[in-house]
Amino acid sequence: MFETFELYTLQQYWWIIISLLASLLVFLMFVQGGQTLIYQLGKTETERSLIINTLGRKWELTFTTLVTFGGAFFASFPLFYSTSFGGAYWVWMAILFAFVIQAISYEYRTKPANFLGRKTYEVFLFLNGLLGTILIGTAVGTFFNGANFSVDKMNLTNIYDSAISRWETPFHGLEAVLNIHNVALGLSVFFLARVLGILYIVNSVNEENIFVRARKQMWYNAVPFLVFFLYFVIHLLLKQGFAVNPETGVIFMEKYKYLHNLLQMPVVLVLFLAGVAGVLYGISSFLFCRSRKAIWFGGTGTVLAVFSLLLIAGLNNTAYYPSLHNLQHSLTIRNSSSSHYTLTAMSYVSLFVPVVIAYIYVAWKSINNKPIEKSDLDDDSTHIY
Amino acid sequence: MTEAFDYSLIDWSRAQFALTAMYHWIFVPLTLGLGFIMAIMETIYVRTGNPEWKRITKFWMTIFGINFAIGVATGIILEFEFGTNWSNYSWFVGDIFGAPLAIEGIMAFFLESTFIAVMFFGWNKVSKKFHLVSTWLVAFGASLSALWILVANAWMQLPVGMKFNPETARNEMHNFWDVLLSPMAVSKFTHTISSSYLLAAIVVIGISSWYLLRKRHIVFAKRSIVVAAVFGLITSIFTILTGDYSARVVAQNQPMKFAAFEGLYVGQTRAPLVAIGVMSTSPEDPDNENIKDFVFKIEIPNFLSYMAFQDINAFVPGIRDLMEGNEKYNIPSAAEKIARGKLAIDALAEFKLAKEVQDQAKMDEARQILDENFRYFGYGYFVDDPSRLVPSVPITFYSFHIMVALGMWFMMFFAIVLLLVYKGKISQSKFWLTIGIVNIPLAYIASQSGWITAEMGRQPWVIQDLMPTMAAVSRLDTNAVITTFILFGVVFTTLLIAELKIMFKQIKIGPKQEGGH
Ligand code: HEM
Repeated sequence: MFETFELYTLQQYWWIIISLLASLLVFLMFVQGGQTLIYQLGKTETERSLIINTLGRKWELTFTTLVTFGGAFFASFPLFYSTSFGGAYWVWMAILFAFVIQAISYEYRTKPANFLGRKTYEVFLFLNGLLGTILIGTAVGTFFNGANFSVDKMNLTNIYDSAISRWETPFHGLEAVLNIHNVALGLSVFFLARVLGILYIVNSVNEENIFVRARKQMWYNAVPFLVFFLYFVIHLLLKQGFAVNPETGVIFMEKYKYLHNLLQMPVVLVLFLAGVAGVLYGISSFLFCRSRKAIWFGGTGTVLAVFSLLLIAGLNNTAYYPSLHNLQHSLTIRNSSSSHYTLTAMSYVSLFVPVVIAYIYVAWKSINNKPIEKSDLDDDSTHIY
Repeated sequence: MTEAFDYSLIDWSRAQFALTAMYHWIFVPLTLGLGFIMAIMETIYVRTGNPEWKRITKFWMTIFGINFAIGVATGIILEFEFGTNWSNYSWFVGDIFGAPLAIEGIMAFFLESTFIAVMFFGWNKVSKKFHLVSTWLVAFGASLSALWILVANAWMQLPVGMKFNPETARNEMHNFWDVLLSPMAVSKFTHTISSSYLLAAIVVIGISSWYLLRKRHIVFAKRSIVVAAVFGLITSIFTILTGDYSARVVAQNQPMKFAAFEGLYVGQTRAPLVAIGVMSTSPEDPDNENIKDFVFKIEIPNFLSYMAFQDINAFVPGIRDLMEGNEKYNIPSAAEKIARGKLAIDALAEFKLAKEVQDQAKMDEARQILDENFRYFGYGYFVDDPSRLVPSVPITFYSFHIMVALGMWFMMFFAIVLLLVYKGKISQSKFWLTIGIVNIPLAYIASQSGWITAEMGRQPWVIQDLMPTMAAVSRLDTNAVITTFILFGVVFTTLLIAELKIMFKQIKIGPKQEGGH
């Protein structure tokens, strides 16, 4: 079936999959958000253990989604992989280190003889939550604001200096934080992750004290989230965007490009508005109606909003990774993708995604159908972090 | 244009990849093997209903969990390092190489991590059967993860199923099944997983031996030993068979690596296998310090020819044949390959220029030259220094021989342990129990040596004959790579210490005395 599709159709299909994976990742970063709130929400050792244990049951899901996102991006748009990862070296390395220290922290935190001590592992979790979210958000900001690279495939024929993708600043990605719009997105992701973290924790921990503190924390995080998010979105919709002429492949600046994308793809506009509404409804139903189920609205809303933002970054003849060094070097889904054959093969693999989601759902349903309580921490038949 | 390579950048980038990969590989083989050992133990528990077996299973699961976490931590780096440090590589072969990485995530990692959760959190929440199935799925999920990355690695050693496209300046996949089922992929996967199962068996026997020496947890230890020794004997035989097959695949596809395995300088028919050898410190060939002779060796006559081609009269090319060429056996010289590689590279440049001016005749001509010479494309980067085509022979030779010797030894060891178990003497034989503990580091040495053999032996190639390390590396400042190298070294070493301390402590504590659970 997929082999009969045109290359451009497959490229769009894969951009949609990548966007979907990224949006699921942002939703699942409630784990990271929650990790930065352990001390704000838990005032006793037991309360903190409750929070860490409930987050600890999901951390791997987030982590695996990140890894799969990376692999899928590589397989479908390898030129992005080679250009951005090799170029914005410091940003990606910092993100990776932030995830390395997370992976051992849950398992090792309370184990005897753990060398670094419980506190250190909690600091690791905090750093992962702080840097992981802000840096990923900032990096995604460059999808809309551009980065300083050049690409010339014929460099391969210069045997003394054959690098195809080159970074044109000595800062190798760190300069992204000098752009306030990138940072605004980074901070939006950070505060959104905390908002989602709070919603997840009140949904999955049965402990009144934590609930009370969570409501206070929600104000502290929902307000800055809205400020940064609105700032980013309004600026995005009003700014010039990086458009590509589908016939010639020439990249040019277009006024209100991202606004146009929303208007020209009304389905995406609807998804975006529904997403924002979902997040807002989630936040307010928790604040004003004390809902413990708000994570479902907040989470679905996050997925829809992030999904639609990424769709307008790459679809509708838009350059998703603009080069500030030379506009014509910008990456589009057409000039950076894998071949027809590989995209076809990968598309068959993508049919497994619903199966994966189904067994994840069934497996978790079977072991985790009620909120965690203090008494669960003494249950030695199960695994406690 | 700079007229020389920045070799320090290449060396540091390689050092960083080696460091991170070797750290990752400290943890992976145990995860691979212990998964199955746990699953077997739990199966016995479900079959017999004997709670002692549940206790045994749970202890090994604790060890598994500690080890798994750090495996995950060190693993994420490797996936992204292809992009961060080998960016040219990522483009040149991303069309083929990316797919296994993505499939790995979608098909294997989620399977593994989801059912690990059921395994750890599900004891009293799901039925015994469902729990057992989950444990088996964890074991299969782990080996399935290994499958895809090994397919990717095998493809670098034997690039098949693709065609170079000058329009995009990259290799494009033409046949997924050729990539998945190439002989190299089969040998890599089977040898890597069987040797990892073997390693886990050694670890389980070693830890159990320690308990027996201390006269603690006697029943637990004996039962663990029985399961591990049976599992180990079978997998060690399998390791040797697949290792032998790997050697044949290498001989046929990577002759330079094969010559380095054996330190074979001058090719010959009826070539003997050097069973044990010590290399001289001074080079045999003044032009290339990697080419050395032996000061001492014990040989098995004809065996190398037989191992490589299953024919004692077969000619096994030596390093000199591969460098200087050998007309009799139709082996082109390095100089010839370099010239043809350069032709291919220049034809690619021509093609591009012709395309810009839409000169179809010139494009066709360039394309033809490129196609004819593409199989030597990577050699074109060696015009200045052909001696770099030879890998480090001593490192390859020693690591290969250490691995093989240990493989033979482990098989014997498993057989002896089983014999002692059969005779009911295992808990009294202090000598063999001590050996059991000593074997643990040896198993890790064997496993790491395997990768050193495979990866040092294929230098200077990241993709055999098509792309050398210097054309693959990201264009970074050497100091940046040195900085991240040091950071990785410090962070991973710290985590390793933590892991070992936790592990030793858990071993000291031993299996929980379980009540009714
Ligand atoms: C008689 C025994 C053995 C033989 C003949 C053998 C042979 C080989 C060969 C030829 C390679 C290189 C394959 C390549 O370069 O592509 C290899 C690699 C490797 N070996 Fe062994 N080996 C043996 C025992 C062992 C043992 C005992 C272990 C570990 C416990 C081990 C672990 C590995 C690993 C991890 C690799 C790298 C992955 C691979 O290339 O397959 N081997 N072995």
